Amino acid sequence: MEIRSKEFKERAVFAIHDASLQQALGKARGGFVGKRAQQAAELPEFEQLREEAKNTKNHILDNLDHYLERYEAAVTAAGGHVHWARDAEEARKIILDICKRVDAKTVTKGKSMVSEEIGLNEALIEHGMEVVETDLGEYIIQLAHEPPSHIIAPAVHKTKDQVSDLFEAAHGGPRKTEVADLVNEARRVLRDKYFRADVGITGGNFLVAETGSSIIVTNEGNGDLTQTLAKVHIVTSGIERVVPTLDDATLFLRLLARSATGQETETYTTISTGPRRAEDLDGPEEYHVVLVDNGRSKMLGGRFKDMLRCIRCGACMNHCPVYGAVGGHAYGWVYPGPMGSVLTPLIKGLDNAYDLPNACTLNGRCASVCPVKIPLPDLLRELRHMQHQQDITPVMQRRALKVWRYVATRPKLYHALEQVGARFLSAIAKNGSIRRLPLASGWTDVRDLPAPAGRTFLELWQGKRGQK
Amino acid sequence: MTAAANAREAILNSVRSALRRGPLDDKRRAELDARRPQHTRPAQDEELVARFIRKFESRAGTTARVASRADVPAAVEAYRVDKGLPAHAAVGAALKDLAWPAGLAVHHDPAGISETMAVSQALAGIAEPGSLMMASGPASPITHNFVPDDHVVVLDAGAIVGHFEEAWEVLRARAEGMPRATNIISGPSRTADVEQTIQLGAHGPRRVHVIIVG
Ligand code: SF4
Repeated sequence: MEIRSKEFKERAVFAIHDASLQQALGKARGGFVGKRAQQAAELPEFEQLREEAKNTKNHILDNLDHYLERYEAAVTAAGGHVHWARDAEEARKIILDICKRVDAKTVTKGKSMVSEEIGLNEALIEHGMEVVETDLGEYIIQLAHEPPSHIIAPAVHKTKDQVSDLFEAAHGGPRKTEVADLVNEARRVLRDKYFRADVGITGGNFLVAETGSSIIVTNEGNGDLTQTLAKVHIVTSGIERVVPTLDDATLFLRLLARSATGQETETYTTISTGPRRAEDLDGPEEYHVVLVDNGRSKMLGGRFKDMLRCIRCGACMNHCPVYGAVGGHAYGWVYPGPMGSVLTPLIKGLDNAYDLPNACTLNGRCASVCPVKIPLPDLLRELRHMQHQQDITPVMQRRALKVWRYVATRPKLYHALEQVGARFLSAIAKNGSIRRLPLASGWTDVRDLPAPAGRTFLELWQGKRGQK
Repeated sequence: MTAAANAREAILNSVRSALRRGPLDDKRRAELDARRPQHTRPAQDEELVARFIRKFESRAGTTARVASRADVPAAVEAYRVDKGLPAHAAVGAALKDLAWPAGLAVHHDPAGISETMAVSQALAGIAEPGSLMMASGPASPITHNFVPDDHVVVLDAGAIVGHFEEAWEVLRARAEGMPRATNIISGPSRTADVEQTIQLGAHGPRRVHVIIVG
């Protein structure tokens, strides 16, 4: 998928004025947050599990080469094949080669963010294959020719009306307007595809070194039909997804559904170990795993190692006020929200995603809910710092920062200017807020600026302490 | 070296250089292989069968309880008639020996696209989330778990364990090793992809009914 993160500002403004998007985001906002909070409250061990999950991930990352080798050996022993891909292009080629070898015509897909990351669908379609996304959300956005806007709820930006239109255009009428009818229609259409598929591609939530298994977690069962009914099953996964044992996978499973959708568990947790066996009656004849690096091993060395703990639950975006206002598409690539604002510049280049680390208010809600305790605001701040060091920050901003530094290191000047500012703002305010402010239209065009009290914090503080 | 071997070595080397070390020595590898994690298990103070039923039913699953295996066919038939389903079913070969009613057409093949009901034997139940653990094999095809609209699962009360960790011990104890597919099923298929409205029967079974034996 082409990166469009450079257009963040334009896309954000567009998003804020998109009535359907705002309607869809409004519906989603409370749901995830409330359900997650309830699940966390119902499990007294939740915070303890977060701490253990963080430590366990750190242990895995410190020994990643070992666990990857053990995993590979176990997959091979179970009759499967492991492929290693340094980057997106290598990953696409490996998968294309498998598909071409078995003369694949129809490829079904369970939800896989890595396949989005490597731009797989475009490559398969270019080679004449029919690619069918089977997760309902993914299916909806495939019909709309759009990328996902959320890592676990890819069509969260679509209203029911929009889904009705898309289905009517794709399947013919009569137009369905009830959720139940829409879901049934997709079920009927996709059934046939599962049974016709030559290759089924899924992601892998966890790769278990102990058993050589891949684990997927879904609510719909689409991933299972995809991987069971196709002749060939291909798993795409990042190298950081390996875990040593089933017991380690359990630790993350206990956190994943609760953090992601606010469920105690998702409906299906499937552990797949190798291809169909001689005596089996169903299941794929071939089982492949494509381990994708694509920048991950580099991340392991530096300040962004923490990011590799991510289990792709989506809680950070569900709790992000910026994501909540503009939705996922504004971020311009595969991963949106806080985790995307860290990953996109690291995978696609700092200068390709300048605005993303800067579009954060550093409110910290994401870090406070992240099940593996990734310090997302710290990482975003670190990216800003790197942008500054690499001279990617715009000239105006650099100048402004220089002026600010000059003033901030001179307390007398700082307080004097602060007093002028506070009085001026309070003088032009009406009913406690400012609707228009010269040089700050970027703020006041879309929302009011709360007016200061007319006196500075220091003045009020000193007044309170009676030291004036 | 082939391109594939190259990529493998390049990635492993890149991991090691990021970690600022070479390959781990044998001693360290042996330590890692001997690691047996003891993660926190959420506390439980409920009788296992009761907890399984409570949790499974909380997600729109249904349950029935019978005294012995011999009662299973009648319980399946009662469910089928109650739901008004056609008189045929895909039944896992694990349940082949039961006395199925003469009026019910039973086969043990994988479930085809028009299969309406399947009956399977679960390997275990996990009381923690209230989930079934199914082990695939010739006696329990995977398609039975996902293709039909109605899935009836036979679960022995004694096979219900408390936590996931105990379920993994059940897998590890199998002579034939890990199943090709281990399906942990926590209720009917569902989706919330259209405006966060929960809808059952997205792609998998619309109803999952557990018959607990014992
Ligand atoms: S960064 Fe944390 S909260 Fe965000 S998706 Fe990853 S694991 Fe979930």
